[in-house]
Amino acid sequence: MDKRVVRSIFLWTLVSYSMMVSAEEPVLPSGLENLSPEPDVPMGLGESALPSGLDYGNLEPDLPAGLDDAAEFEGDNLSGQDWTVDGFAELRSGLWVDQHRYQKSRPLNEARLQIELEKEYSGFTVAVTADFIYDDVAADRTVALERGQGWLDLRAANIVFSPADFMDVRLGRQTLTWGTGDLVFINDLFAKDWNAFLVGRNVEYLKAPSDALKVSLFHEIANLDLIYMPRFDADRYIDGSRAAYFNSILGRITGTDAITKVDRPNDLFHDDEFSLRLYKNIGAYELALYGYDGFWKSPGGADTVTGDALFPDLTAYGASVRGPVFNGIANMEWGYYDSREDRDGHDLMINNSEQRLILGYEQELATNLTLGLQYYLERMEDYGDYRRALPAGMSAAHRSRHEYTARLTWLTMNQNLIWSLFTFYSPSDDDGYLRANLRYKYDDHLSVEAGGNLFWGDDEYTFLGQFQNNDNVYTALKYGF
Amino acid sequence: MRIFRQIATLLLPLFFLLPLMASAVPTVDEIVQRSNMTTYYQGQDGRVQVEMMITDSQGRERQRRLTILRIDEAKSDVVEGQAYQGGQKFYVYFHRPADVSKMAFLVWKHLEQDDDRWLYLPALDLVKRIAATDKRTSFVGSDFFYEDVSGRRLDEDNHELVETTNSYYVIKNTPKDLAGVEFSYYTMFIHKQSYIPVQVEYYDKAGVKYRVAKALGVKTIQGYPTVTKASIDNLKIGSKTVMEYTDVEYDIGLDDALFTERYLRKAPRQQLR
Repeated sequence: MDKRVVRSIFLWTLVSYSMMVSAEEPVLPSGLENLSPEPDVPMGLGESALPSGLDYGNLEPDLPAGLDDAAEFEGDNLSGQDWTVDGFAELRSGLWVDQHRYQKSRPLNEARLQIELEKEYSGFTVAVTADFIYDDVAADRTVALERGQGWLDLRAANIVFSPADFMDVRLGRQTLTWGTGDLVFINDLFAKDWNAFLVGRNVEYLKAPSDALKVSLFHEIANLDLIYMPRFDADRYIDGSRAAYFNSILGRITGTDAITKVDRPNDLFHDDEFSLRLYKNIGAYELALYGYDGFWKSPGGADTVTGDALFPDLTAYGASVRGPVFNGIANMEWGYYDSREDRDGHDLMINNSEQRLILGYEQELATNLTLGLQYYLERMEDYGDYRRALPAGMSAAHRSRHEYTARLTWLTMNQNLIWSLFTFYSPSDDDGYLRANLRYKYDDHLSVEAGGNLFWGDDEYTFLGQFQNNDNVYTALKYGF
Repeated sequence: MRIFRQIATLLLPLFFLLPLMASAVPTVDEIVQRSNMTTYYQGQDGRVQVEMMITDSQGRERQRRLTILRIDEAKSDVVEGQAYQGGQKFYVYFHRPADVSKMAFLVWKHLEQDDDRWLYLPALDLVKRIAATDKRTSFVGSDFFYEDVSGRRLDEDNHELVETTNSYYVIKNTPKDLAGVEFSYYTMFIHKQSYIPVQVEYYDKAGVKYRVAKALGVKTIQGYPTVTKASIDNLKIGSKTVMEYTDVEYDIGLDDALFTERYLRKAPRQQLR
């Protein structure tokens, strides 16, 4: 054979071989090595250099530090054998930016321990969440579970079961939410805690629990949620005891000097509430119809004789759609509030009926930076009757309240530092509200938070302008377990 | 004669190698398709418990524990004709840490359009639609991206077989559109027998390697070669995430209805166990 032929073969072999043992190549995990039909592992791919766990003789990879204590993962499984316990301890404290004469010394100053228990039995699950609170600001520490007053706030106490394949039932104290708005609600007529929202508690406290029976039915045609609340669960509304507001009876901003007295519908099975939602997904679009029968959730009228605030009868119905549009998520929600005690709008002391509308859009602007925008409309029915009923000299509300909201969320430091800004602005009322929050997760348990609530308005009597004496800043320290 | 010899000199080695190459080396497309199937589509559905350890550049550790359920639209694992490909649905349930405990995350992954994502916040009973479309965003604060967990569309990159070693097909993947990604290309070391990508190296726009994904442990489960431990190192930042997969099960007969709002609000305990 020609010398050059031999040399070429040699060269080819060498090149091919050197490619096989390329220094950049990762070593074979040992389980894969055994899958190889080739008997010989080439140089550099020897057993000792293989990552562990890929060898059939050693299937268990070494645990990294911090995970090597297997017991650590056993307490929180869903085995159904024991109560699972979660919760947190939190200190939260705030200051008024400019204290009003009739205000408590601080917006909040409290220690809170939340215990969340859950146990699974065959066929049903029991859940109890209780907050134990030392509230330095509260005037009254006796417990009133429905009003959320006192040293105990029972957030949940319910059982969940499925009596049939197509049915889920949740019975007891529970938090309820539906609808498409972001911090703006139309067809979600479940109880809200506006005090918690305005004075700087965590946003999850905006939702107050309801005592309810929720039955959910699932079918290909559509799904149906039916909710019955045997006794009216009002909002934890602004009453002056903590946040000051515009008192329409007195015609000025009031606080602790004139805490709202209410005549609250309170008869079990008589003053009840009923909610329903019929919903269906068509592709990526979520469609829903809503209905509600009950009462205005925050005071929506006043008794001319006693001056007590009232929760007039309310029937509401509406619809929503949500789904992808352009590069984001768009939503539209509409509702009609039928104020049954003042259908023709003559009664100045009872809210008129209203149309409400939300148009929203949210999009990721950049990695970990999201912008959400909403337009919100409240439009009074029978505006002419309202104007005619209005005594001379009393300032009239606009027929339409237009509001815009913007939410900016920015996650930094591996999503451990969360910047959040939410702004409400109404061009028709010339008022606004800015919610700012900064949260840092120090580790898996400990987080710190700082934020503020700022209000402004040309007039004292507009929806957001009435809160202009409640500007506050707060900090919180939370340990989760 | 001399010319014949010279030609022979050139061609002879090829005669030795050609039959080898023909039998051993599948096409680039076949390699990436098989690897994609093995990594993301094995079985018609599946469940896995994930334990995640995130170590930041200062050595601080954060832990995540979650369960992932998956169902495929395509009821096939056949790679030929890409029969295995299709949309997928994922249900992610968070156990730990405390601040995300009991949250549930639902993803409908589509091949031709943006994914649909929902997040359920139990304290508010809120089903939130997530607008995020960027798939190269950190998954739960880890070094894994959404795309690492649910897969990257093969037609977003040009694939090139740059090397075949004894154990690996080395594939260089160059994105067709550089705008949506932070890398200029990435190299995959795909194990020849199992098609598991044992190592994936990402290079930035300056050509510097800055991110390495590794399979650290493999088990054959129900006949499927399965990565049971994986890591991602961010070489630029100095952070690292290790994911361990336990209780892996395939073809458990999950119901498509599980991947809906109903089970966001009411966790499917039987399936999460």
